[in-house]
Amino acid sequence: MFGRLTLEALPLYSAIAAGGAAVTIGGALLVAIAITWLGAWRYLWTDWLTSVDHKRIGIMYIVLALIMLLRGFVDAIMMRAQQAMALNSGGYLPPEHFDQIFSSHGTIMIFFMAMPFMTGLINIIVPLQIGTRDVAFPFLNSLSLWLTAAGAGLVMVSLVIGKFSTAGWTGYPPYSGAEANPGVGVDYWIWAILISGVGSTLSGINFIVTILKRRAPGMTLMRMTPFTWTALCASVLMAFAFPALTVACGLLALDRLFGMHFFTNAHGGNMMNYPNLFWIWGHPEVYILILPAFGVFSEVVATFSKKRLFGYESLVYATAAIAILSFTVWLHHFFTMGSSANVNAFFGITTMIIAVPTGVKVFNWLLTMYRGRIDFHPSMMWTIGFMITFVIGGMTGVLLAIPPADFLMHNTTFLVAHFHNMIIPGVLFGYLAGYMYWFPKVFGFELDRKWGLASFWCWLIGFYLAFMPLYILGFKGMPRRMEQYNDPSWQPYLMVAAFGAFVVLLGIACMVMQLYVSVRDRRKTADITGDPWEGRTLEWATSSPPPAYNFAILPEVRDREPFLDMKERGVAYQRPAAYENIHMPRNSMVGVAMGAFAFALGFAMIWHIWWLVAACGLAMWIAMIARSSDDDSEFMVTAAEVKQTEDARYRALATRTGSRK
Amino acid sequence: MSAAVTAHESEAAETHEQRALGFWLYLMGDAVIFALLFATYVTMVNNTDGGPGGKSLFNLSNAAIETALLLVSSTTFGFASLCTKTGNRTAVLFWLLVTFVLGAGFVFLELREFAGMIKAGAGPDRSGFLSAFFTLVGTHGLHVSVGLTWILILSGPVMMTGLSVPVTSRLFRLGLFWHFLDIAWVGIFSIVYLPGLL
Repeated sequence: MFGRLTLEALPLYSAIAAGGAAVTIGGALLVAIAITWLGAWRYLWTDWLTSVDHKRIGIMYIVLALIMLLRGFVDAIMMRAQQAMALNSGGYLPPEHFDQIFSSHGTIMIFFMAMPFMTGLINIIVPLQIGTRDVAFPFLNSLSLWLTAAGAGLVMVSLVIGKFSTAGWTGYPPYSGAEANPGVGVDYWIWAILISGVGSTLSGINFIVTILKRRAPGMTLMRMTPFTWTALCASVLMAFAFPALTVACGLLALDRLFGMHFFTNAHGGNMMNYPNLFWIWGHPEVYILILPAFGVFSEVVATFSKKRLFGYESLVYATAAIAILSFTVWLHHFFTMGSSANVNAFFGITTMIIAVPTGVKVFNWLLTMYRGRIDFHPSMMWTIGFMITFVIGGMTGVLLAIPPADFLMHNTTFLVAHFHNMIIPGVLFGYLAGYMYWFPKVFGFELDRKWGLASFWCWLIGFYLAFMPLYILGFKGMPRRMEQYNDPSWQPYLMVAAFGAFVVLLGIACMVMQLYVSVRDRRKTADITGDPWEGRTLEWATSSPPPAYNFAILPEVRDREPFLDMKERGVAYQRPAAYENIHMPRNSMVGVAMGAFAFALGFAMIWHIWWLVAACGLAMWIAMIARSSDDDSEFMVTAAEVKQTEDARYRALATRTGSRK
Repeated sequence: MSAAVTAHESEAAETHEQRALGFWLYLMGDAVIFALLFATYVTMVNNTDGGPGGKSLFNLSNAAIETALLLVSSTTFGFASLCTKTGNRTAVLFWLLVTFVLGAGFVFLELREFAGMIKAGAGPDRSGFLSAFFTLVGTHGLHVSVGLTWILILSGPVMMTGLSVPVTSRLFRLGLFWHFLDIAWVGIFSIVYLPGLL
């Protein structure tokens, strides 16, 4: 009846694991109680969970990302604490538990923090920047969100029922195969990734079609914002790289479920195929995450330097070049696999080449700042902090791209330091810059600057303290993922690294504080004009928050910085002569239902509950067919309703300009 | 009034154009899946672990009949597509039915081949080569089965509401899917069966 699920699946094997389960359940209960107390279930269901509005879906993606950031960070600080203590002793975590923590930390941070954060930002901003009312496939968008959430849910459930993978976030066989790892841990990892991966593929397709087909009249490709360009390139990578992840994890699942021999030790398996398949997705994935952050930096740097972006075209071509090159470097993740010297040399050289377009971008940003009137808004600080830190990470990357050097550093903490040095500034700083930059657009009030700056400094200093020691430890030969060690010269560095993690914790606390203070003072910092930073691009042309239809009349684009151009021509806030009826997609519960079924399907596959697998598969199939044969998925906002909304906005604008004069 | 109607119609046409592009992109992603499964097969074709290889397992006439069925079904689907242009509902249904029968015949032959191999002790858990074979060919067969179900599901609206714009646009995407499977099969025939037998 319940497959291999028994009472023994409860995490009573260690007090810390049981505590983690208790926190998970307690947190979920607290949220449920709070919603009930506020009487908000109906509101949550009709206005949010079933919504197909790209802005709301984007917000939900980012909420998911921030929750998972907390979870992933707890994992990080637990690892740093363990390694700081574990000289000649077991520390406080048993090996089995420590291995689960480093596996879930990587999995969560890549798939359930960075991916949803990026998808959320693109969702909210790209349709506004290209002047359209929604993405091309609003329902598919909702489905993608709920598939991602289903994957995240599986990772969270593994805290309470059973164990998570101990095979690292990359899940290399044969260790992740059924022979070495017969439990449910690897299966949790596989199904979380397979399910959310489908969501990411669909998101990529959705964004490509949106950007190629739904731009406002006059917006040629070379008039798109840099963020839209990077979103387009990242989406192309999502649509074409994620299938490789599906294949890698799918074949691993076949090995584990049906005793096949793709990656096994015996019977003609070839375990080295796995890293190839995995990194054919994995390296483009790095750029899927980093390119949109580059886009955010490009927007932020132009706005807060009050200058047109320097070398727009070179930045666009550099972005496209990175997107293409990202498919040609995957083997540098396993130079030590034993390929011939020529193969290694080829991939070493392509890896070094990819640093060139990236370098172009750094000069784009620097020269945009040059002689600008820079406003040191927190978003700008994240950008500057990124530029300095990312260049250091890039240099250690070029070092690792030399195969003989890589042989020495492979699997040491030098590598750990390197990729955190790319991804924390290159991805997270970018998304946080975007979060602080676009927050007023989404919610109608600004985030507090003081706490934002405090958070930035804690993150930046904490980052250097936590990861610079790891470079040194890598040179000293410390392998990654060590639960305990016996070299006393390592410990001081690990203590500094642990201290750095606590400084980052302060940075996160400052972000929470910033949110609290900003919500408290929201009336004082309300954004009436919709344009708090003297913006240049279309998202600032509409109100904050934008109405459901984004633009009452679709804007006409004449310049690369259309809103600045409109302001200069004096037509920015002009009232149209008349409004028209607007067709908008209707909310749908199919997306959230499919997500729930996908979650149950994954859970059933993990625990071998076959009847539930069949039931959920059938339910998803029926839901999909029902949805796809529904031709009536839109409703109409009448011109009169549009006029009412717009009139209210113009009244508010009038009081604002009146009080200014 | 008529201006509003044409505006809404052009909006609908745009919607279907966007769906077509989205579907092309999906097919390209699917092509990546097949490409990687092909690559996996090619790297594992000699990993028979002392078990049977393609020479003793494959049957050229079976593969040839499968190929014929699938290629002809692509042609008959093409006839169905042509008939949507003239709006001949009965003819569309007839050609969809022929396509379905040919596709079902293909799936039947494939399942029979799989069952025979498993019975002879050459199942997917026998060797790396057989894992790769069953997964590559089975993934294609699964796609064809999905296509068959899709034909059945779409026949309903064609019969009930006729060849409305959304139904025709769905038929167009189903056509893309069906022809794509043909191309994938040509790959399977020339990379799996022919080298295995020659």
